Amino acid sequence: MLPITVEFSGGAELLCGNVKKHEVELPKLDGKWQIRNLLVWIKDNLIQERPELFLLGDTVRPGILVLINDADWELMGELDYDLQERDRIVFISTLHGG
Amino acid sequence: MYKYKRYDIVLDATDNVATRYLLNDACVLARKPLVSGSALRFEGQLTVYNCDGGPCYRCLFPQPPPPETVTNCSEGGVIGVVPGIIGSMQALEAIKIASGIGSSYTQRLLLFDALDGTFRSVKLRPRSPTCIVCGNEPSITQLIDYIQFCGAAASDKEKELTVLDQQFRINAKEYQAMLTCGEPHLLLDVRPEVELGICQLPHASLNIPLAIFNKDASKATKQVLQWIRDLEEKKQEFEQQQESSLSHSHDAAKALGNNHSPTVVCVCRRGNDSQLVVRRLQEELKIQISCGELSKGQQDIKLVDIKGGLHAWARHVDREFPIY
Repeated sequence: MLPITVEFSGGAELLCGNVKKHEVELPKLDGKWQIRNLLVWIKDNLIQERPELFLLGDTVRPGILVLINDADWELMGELDYDLQERDRIVFISTLHGG
Repeated sequence: MYKYKRYDIVLDATDNVATRYLLNDACVLARKPLVSGSALRFEGQLTVYNCDGGPCYRCLFPQPPPPETVTNCSEGGVIGVVPGIIGSMQALEAIKIASGIGSSYTQRLLLFDALDGTFRSVKLRPRSPTCIVCGNEPSITQLIDYIQFCGAAASDKEKELTVLDQQFRINAKEYQAMLTCGEPHLLLDVRPEVELGICQLPHASLNIPLAIFNKDASKATKQVLQWIRDLEEKKQEFEQQQESSLSHSHDAAKALGNNHSPTVVCVCRRGNDSQLVVRRLQEELKIQISCGELSKGQQDIKLVDIKGGLHAWARHVDREFPIY
C-alpha cells in the first residue's frame, strides 16, 4: 500500500463530489506507481462525473495544472514521476474569472 | 491594439480565456511583464508571466481549455472580497517590479483559498525553450485571432443556446397567462437547489437540477412522471370545474395548444439549461415509450421551457423579481 494525498482545487473538486482533499492508499502494484497510472486510478476511484473533464487521452486535459509536492509536475518528470509515500499531488483547474 | 506598448507593466484582471491569451502574447511580443490575477467562487490565483526568465501563460498552458470546462464568474459566481485581495496583490507586485525590487511571483503561483483561509505558493516551470510565443524559435510573431483559438467569446457572458424548436418554448407572458387562469401544469425548476433560495416563480415547483439529469436521466425522468400522475388527478378536477363555469383559460389553452395531455414547464435562470432538460426528457420518454413503460396519457406529455428563464420573467412580467 502506498499512502498519498490527492487534492483538487480551482473547480476540479466539483468532479469528485466537491471534496478537495483525499487521503488515499494506493493498492500494491506489480510495477511502480507513477503519475501515469495514478491518473487512471483517480479516474476510476475518485472522479464521480464527467471524467472527460479531467483526462484527455492518457494525460490531464488542457487547463489543469498538476503539482507534485507544491512544484509544477513538469519539474518532476510529469507522467513518469515515481510516487513516494506521503506525496501530495494537487490538480488545479486554472481560473479565468476576474 | 498597440496601446499597451506605452506601458511598462500590464496587469491582467480580465474575465475570459481569449483575452488572457491575447494579453500574454501581446506582453511577450512587447517584452512587458504581465501580472496575472484571477478569481472564481472562493478561490484566487496570482502569478507573473514573462518576467526574469519565468514562463509565459502559453508555457504553462500551450492549449486553451475546452470551452465547456471553463466556468466564468457570471455563471459560477465569485465572492467580491477575493478579487479584491488578488487585485491588491497584483498592485503590490506591479509596484515591486516598477521599483526594481522584483516580483516574488515570477515562476511561482499563489493559490488563495478563501474558504480554507489558506495561501499557498507553488513553484512553476521556467520559460519553455519550445514555447510557440516566448520560446527560442517562436511561431507566433504577431497577434492572432484569440476567439477562434479558444473557441469561445472574449467575454464572460453566457451564450444563448438554441436547442429547442419554437414549438417547445413559451415566453414569460404566456406562462403568466397560464398562472392567471390556474391551468394545472408541472413547473420543473432545473437550477441547482441553492439558487431556489434566492428566488422562485410564484407556483409550486419540482426541483431537479440539470446535473441530476446528466447523471441519471432515467431516474430523474421517473421522478417527473410520478409528479405527472399526481397532476393528472388535479387536472381532472380542474376540467370539471371548467365545465361548470365558462372558460377563462382560452388564452392559456391557445398558448399551450388545446390538448388534454399533461404539461411540463421547465425553467432555469436564463433559458439554456431548461432547453437541455426538455431535450433530455424528450429522449428519455422516447426510450420509455419504446420499452412500453408509459401509459397512453403519459405518452402525450407536453414539454416546454420558458424562453429566457427567470431573467425574461423579471424583464417582461415582474420587474420586482430578483435576478442574479
